[in-house]
Amino acid sequence: MEKPLVVIEDLHVSFRTQTRVVDAVRGVSLVMGKEKIGIVGESGSGKSVTGRALLGLTPPNGRVEAKRLEFDGQDLRGLDAEGWRHLRGRRMAMVMQDPKFSLNPVMTVGRQIAEAYGTHFKAGRAEARDKALAALEAVQIRDPSRVFDLYPHEVSGGMGQRAMIAMMLVAEPDLLIADEPTSALDVTVQMQVLAILDDLVARRGMGLIFVSHDLDLVAAFCDRVLVMYGGRVVETLKASELSAARHPYTRGLLDCVPRLERAQAKLNVLERDPSWLEGA
Amino acid sequence: MILSAKNLTVAFGEMRAVDEAAFTVERGESFGLVGESGSGKSTVLRVLAGLIEDWSGSIAFDGKALGRTRDRAFYSRVQMVFQDPYGSLHPRQTIDSALAEPLAIHKMDRHEQRIEKALEEVGLGSGFRFRYPHQLSGGQRQRVAIARALIVEPEMLLLDEPTSALDVSIQAEVLNLLDALRKAHNLTFVMVSHNLAVVAHMCRRLAVMNRGRIVEEMDRDALRRGEAKDPYTRRLMAASRGYDRKLAESFKTLD
Repeated sequence: MEKPLVVIEDLHVSFRTQTRVVDAVRGVSLVMGKEKIGIVGESGSGKSVTGRALLGLTPPNGRVEAKRLEFDGQDLRGLDAEGWRHLRGRRMAMVMQDPKFSLNPVMTVGRQIAEAYGTHFKAGRAEARDKALAALEAVQIRDPSRVFDLYPHEVSGGMGQRAMIAMMLVAEPDLLIADEPTSALDVTVQMQVLAILDDLVARRGMGLIFVSHDLDLVAAFCDRVLVMYGGRVVETLKASELSAARHPYTRGLLDCVPRLERAQAKLNVLERDPSWLEGA
Repeated sequence: MILSAKNLTVAFGEMRAVDEAAFTVERGESFGLVGESGSGKSTVLRVLAGLIEDWSGSIAFDGKALGRTRDRAFYSRVQMVFQDPYGSLHPRQTIDSALAEPLAIHKMDRHEQRIEKALEEVGLGSGFRFRYPHQLSGGQRQRVAIARALIVEPEMLLLDEPTSALDVSIQAEVLNLLDALRKAHNLTFVMVSHNLAVVAHMCRRLAVMNRGRIVEEMDRDALRRGEAKDPYTRRLMAASRGYDRKLAESFKTLD
């Protein structure tokens, strides 16, 4: 195997609140190369917290501990602000759920992308603009120079999310963490955005961590899937073998989704077993 | 027939959010409106609920034409459940007072018993009565919203994406609950959702909306058999089956 891009070993993230300590992630391990990894789970399973810990975006009341937490051979534990600045955005980037909240509302889409480029590379305004236009084109925006001058409220959700992806990719990172990147989009638009992401990842040879609550979607999109429950990985699957999932949680999750091709008098519900919270 | 709409049109400036929509709903039936954002599905529901006053066309509820505004008697027969249980419950109100409010508005008696019964019916139990919304999970809050709608003993519920903010395992529980309550009280549902499979599960008949228009109306068995004729419905069905690289190719860009 080539040198791994990401090594996570026994990751723990806990949050201190006024009354108690919440263990959000409890012993997650992952070794990945330039592949597409899906992290799936329900709200509170720790999937987003895992992604954020890798980017050093854990809030101040959170505590991250791991035996190993490495990106491209570099130890991320105890990295200082300066160190993070060299990595974040430039070498690993993140696309979040809702473009409405992640784009700056008072700056045109194009300027934001150009600014992202200028932050990481020494570039004049003209060059940054060219890069931004090229990035917009790469996410299949048909008229990049028009969209460049639009404000976020003037673009649709699908276009906003493509602009976000363009902004993250303009610095050509090695790893992209996408946290529910299409959950706020309509199904048909979602499909197109995923196809763009799919092509870009393949063409640029990036690693992708795709965080989602949608097991079917992730399985169709990624190479491997980690299923999280209560802060732990309960099962790791090859995406193509989703139907062979063994863990009762994974099976239950697949089973409670209403499906067009299956008529049921009553939907199956997930019976949670307290033992799932303990050893995997 | 409990509800019928003809030529229902809602214009926001130049844009026709709903364009000449027509449909009927039988008593005791569950009717679904499916579509993507901007299709006008929620706007139809909001007109029915009286939350949008500027519309044209005609709507009849139980044989009587509806005007711009709704009176209290209407709301004692028709109630609505909204999408986001985090936004639809007042954060400073206990569950008890959230449930007591509709009882006061509709001048109903035996508050105590009705509140206990409503909580029991949605599977929460009286232990939840004096809690605040922030102490509840998303699924529990949506159960409270359903209890609040049902406490005035309506005949019809307007459901606007009632489970799309919930995890799939919780969605299954809430959909099962809604279905059971509909049968137990012979309720009529008008349900709006972007999720074709959810609507097919819940509703015997459904209408597919695109850009303000109802493009197709069919029953769910026909939908399951793949008998949809309208190209938009077919595309929605294909997209609902999950990510497919080849399929994505076939969709034109939507800029």
